[in-house]
Amino acid sequence: MQRIGVFVCWCGSNIAGTVDVQAVSEALKNEPGVVFSTNYQYMCSQAGQNIIKDAIAEHKLTGIVVCSCSPRMHEATFRKTAAAAGLNPYMVEIANIREQCSWVHKDMLTGTEKAIILGKAAVAKVNLNTPLTAGESPVTKRALVIGGGIAGIQTALDIADAGFPVDIVEKKPTIGGKMAQLDKTFPTLDCAACILTPKMVDVAQNENIRIFSYSEVTEVKGFVGNFDVTIKKHARFVKEDICTGCGACTEKCPMKKVPNEFNLGMDNRSAIYIPFAQAVPKVATIDPNYCNMLKKGKCGLCAKVCAAGAIDYTQKDEYISEKYGAIVVATGFNPISMDKFDEFAYNQSKDVITSLEFERLTNAAGPTAGKLVRPSDGKHPHTIVFVQCVGSRCSACAEKGKEYCSKICCMYTAKHAMLTRDKYPDTEVYVFYIDVRTPGKNFDEFYRRAVEEFGVNYIKGMVGKVTPEGDKLKVQASDLIANKQLHIDADLVVLAAAIEPDKSARPLATMLTASMDTNDFFTEAHPKLRPVESPTAGVFLSGACQGPKDIPETVSQAGAAASKVIGLLAKDKLTGNPCVAHSNELMCNGCSSCERVCPYGAISYEDKEFRMPDRTTKIRRVAVVNPAVCQGCGACTVACPSGAMDLKGFASAQIIAEVDAICK
Amino acid sequence: MQVKEYKPLIVAFCCNWCSYAGADLAGNNRLAYPADVKIIRVPCSCRVNPMFVLRAFQRGADGVIICGCHPGDCHYTSGNYYTRRRMAALFSMLDYLGIEKERTRVEWVSAAEGAKFAATMNDFAEKVAALGENKRLEDLRCKK
Amino acid sequence: MQKITREQLIDKAVSLLENGTVEAVLGWGKGEFDYDVTPTVFKTADEINAGFVWNDFCGANFSRYLVAKTGKIEGKILVFLKPCDTYSFNQLLTEHRFDREKVYAVGIPCEGMADIAKVKAVCGEGISAINCDGEKIAVTTLYDDEPIMVDAKDVLAERCVNCKSKKHVAYDELLGEEGEVVDSARFDEVAKIEAMTPDERFAFWQNELSRCIRCNACRDACPACTCEKCVFDNPNSGVENKAPANSFEEKMFHIIRAFHVAGRCTDCGECSRVCPQNIPLHLLNRKFIKDINEFYGEYQAGAEVGSRAPLVDYTTGDIEPGEVFDRRDTNA
Repeated sequence: MQRIGVFVCWCGSNIAGTVDVQAVSEALKNEPGVVFSTNYQYMCSQAGQNIIKDAIAEHKLTGIVVCSCSPRMHEATFRKTAAAAGLNPYMVEIANIREQCSWVHKDMLTGTEKAIILGKAAVAKVNLNTPLTAGESPVTKRALVIGGGIAGIQTALDIADAGFPVDIVEKKPTIGGKMAQLDKTFPTLDCAACILTPKMVDVAQNENIRIFSYSEVTEVKGFVGNFDVTIKKHARFVKEDICTGCGACTEKCPMKKVPNEFNLGMDNRSAIYIPFAQAVPKVATIDPNYCNMLKKGKCGLCAKVCAAGAIDYTQKDEYISEKYGAIVVATGFNPISMDKFDEFAYNQSKDVITSLEFERLTNAAGPTAGKLVRPSDGKHPHTIVFVQCVGSRCSACAEKGKEYCSKICCMYTAKHAMLTRDKYPDTEVYVFYIDVRTPGKNFDEFYRRAVEEFGVNYIKGMVGKVTPEGDKLKVQASDLIANKQLHIDADLVVLAAAIEPDKSARPLATMLTASMDTNDFFTEAHPKLRPVESPTAGVFLSGACQGPKDIPETVSQAGAAASKVIGLLAKDKLTGNPCVAHSNELMCNGCSSCERVCPYGAISYEDKEFRMPDRTTKIRRVAVVNPAVCQGCGACTVACPSGAMDLKGFASAQIIAEVDAICK
Repeated sequence: MQVKEYKPLIVAFCCNWCSYAGADLAGNNRLAYPADVKIIRVPCSCRVNPMFVLRAFQRGADGVIICGCHPGDCHYTSGNYYTRRRMAALFSMLDYLGIEKERTRVEWVSAAEGAKFAATMNDFAEKVAALGENKRLEDLRCKK
Repeated sequence: MQKITREQLIDKAVSLLENGTVEAVLGWGKGEFDYDVTPTVFKTADEINAGFVWNDFCGANFSRYLVAKTGKIEGKILVFLKPCDTYSFNQLLTEHRFDREKVYAVGIPCEGMADIAKVKAVCGEGISAINCDGEKIAVTTLYDDEPIMVDAKDVLAERCVNCKSKKHVAYDELLGEEGEVVDSARFDEVAKIEAMTPDERFAFWQNELSRCIRCNACRDACPACTCEKCVFDNPNSGVENKAPANSFEEKMFHIIRAFHVAGRCTDCGECSRVCPQNIPLHLLNRKFIKDINEFYGEYQAGAEVGSRAPLVDYTTGDIEPGEVFDRRDTNA
């Protein structure tokens, strides 16, 4: 039996004005378990807290009920008071007789009656309270960043700058991501490479950062502070530590007809390649699908020309296991496939290109050395049509496009249009749009410059059809403002393809037990208040894996994610919330219902041996809650059909006791 | 002629993060609602087991209301979505058994919606009061 | 009459026992009366030949017995599964309730099972023997000299009248021909109750549930109620107590029971079959199934292993609990 003390607060006249506090403390004296009951003017004051402390000592209290303001106000205060007097802080319950009683009821009798009932409910609950202790777990002071684009790079640099070791896992042979492929960046028009490549070099030179390029995460175990991760390093058939990146091998390689993915297949590379000049790490990689030596055992030229002797045709995939305290997902995005958009003739004509291809066409390091020409015949285009929202905001065609706005297309199309008009004033540029969305610093000014200074023809309306005819592209479109059909003979059509999360994100989310929305974007722990954290503790989100983002947004989110990681890694130990779920293994069916509703992946299963009444043993699958990961929502307790799952601090029996006390 | 004034007993389960805070705000702003409403704090609306709802009815509650964060705003991201499914199914079942549907409600009340909290409780209490005492669940297995 | 014969089943069982594929056979065994068929574990060919029963009264769904039985033997156990039983089988697998490796499942076709209450309604009490071998069911009673011939179609159990599937969704081996999922009218009765006024609905259920004697048969036969410890037996759940000492449990049992299996119930109909008071408990389960289908899209528990039950799932655009009634009111 508990020995409960009841402390009724007047809160000056805030409570005492509408509630007869004396009557409340008298009435609660007779409740089961109550051995002491009093009231005082300001329970939260030093003097009030001393009354509580003294009573705990004098009456050997095992639990206390404070009838006062909202627990959101002073629960923490009274828990500290209890702890100072040697009582477990979770043996404290608050009856909210101010916000929920004296302040909303005018009549003294009604207020007093209700206050007594609320007090009884709290007493009933405390009778079933048990001392709770927060668990502690150590923190591995190392972070993992998955994805080496600008998001991953920025996050890694920020974490490393704070003094913590960081590993970047990038599936491509080099870090840099999409930004490395871009030409200029809006709204400042500085070149992407000029601002990105120095950061890539910083990453390479930072002693706290390791880069696992051409690698992927294959397994994640553990929980916040204690993740065990397996990384698969694909064989690149070149010894990374020996290769100097001189490029002799790529020149001598006889297999030169490999579509160059960095230039989106608009030119070719060799079977042994370095993706681009500023690649980090700058080492060669052999593409096993094209290398004659690997496929047929004939050739070996690259090994012969490599002065460093870095070529190793026998290299195997390598698995690395490492422990991490925090994981940042920065898996980024890709433009969607244009295969389903037949109306724009993307597959029929080489001169219908995506915006990312346009970036490469205008990039000085691109396949045309920055000269804007038609991919089909290398001629200068005189009329260019840009089509916005190809597959974005596409609710009617959900099977081929995306319902959401891809966010970056309005701005980069304005950039493309402006740069084209700037460099080639003889080229007419049309942009077809649904809306032009320019929310961002200096974004609208940028767009207006495209229209007003550079004479880009913005037409509200959608392109219905693009038909290749001779060397022209017949563009049929509608102008919604003029309310007429337009026919334009274009030389080049550029499609602002919607962007979608990288395909690697979905299996990764499963490994991390991080949740995703229906579009495969990672969901944040709270859309407003915890935008860079995943609901899974210790997993953070950076960049476009969480939703479409431009570079400034990505960088700021990357920094925010880094600061959250630093905050986590700075701790030596993590103290958990003791109000977590726990499963009674004797009653658990192992049915997985709880696991399915857990937003944090806190529940796992193990096979346990049980002694049966007939002295045999039986192995059963039972749920185990990781208290370091559980946040205590209680979803599992209701999903559990047998009632094996319960929540500490809000146990079923406690809530039922409250219900009973109220309904008596 | 009814002599004794009938006062309904209403149990309100409120999630700690939104609705309980909404109730606090109603208090801060001195927005009155009937004292018949008694609040039980739960971490999330998804902690509310249908057994608690039935228990309240069994012990004489005339109405049970569950308040949580608005869909999409759950502190635990998905808790209220489960609440929504569970309670839709439960309430539909109670209605199927002939229990008055006005006795049960789920309402999403954010921490900023003190006025909504008070208005909701006023409205709910009024509707429950109009029904009178909750006899049906009590009598479900007691054929006269 | 069943298309598959007792001899075929016995041959299969005996051969699997003898070639060592299985160690035991879960089958229907002789009970007190011919219609009182009891789930039985057979270990030898002799036991099978002596006690194995297969007739129109073999309604028992064996899936749930696997939870207990698979733990008790070293090797495999043979289980015969009618189409509707296979759904429960899959649902239990989804919930990891038994080890699939320890089971050899033989799917068998089913022409529908008889409801003894319906037989008695035709023939009266005092049934001394029933023979299902002929075209019609021959019922011998203490009071009639000649067996009364009953058409099996006229005494089909409710769940078989509204059979939802002749297709087996799980088995290691199939005897006889595979059937199809059937377009059943199983929700018609629920819809009828929904169309009543609240007062009528209350009167209907009060009439039905007042007969309950709380024998727990519905729970104990249910393949979804395989909890290690039922909340109604658990002193810590706050709702424990079999006898009506605690009035809560007394009244809420049926709602909680149905809720606990909502989204997991395969609608096998065992609850109603075993109810000694003939309470149409399946109408509670089917209400949840019908609602779930209407609110969240068609879902058949047990149709595939590993599917996510609707109540442990959600979409952001789900119907609000309050809208449930608006929707029904506008439909009405």
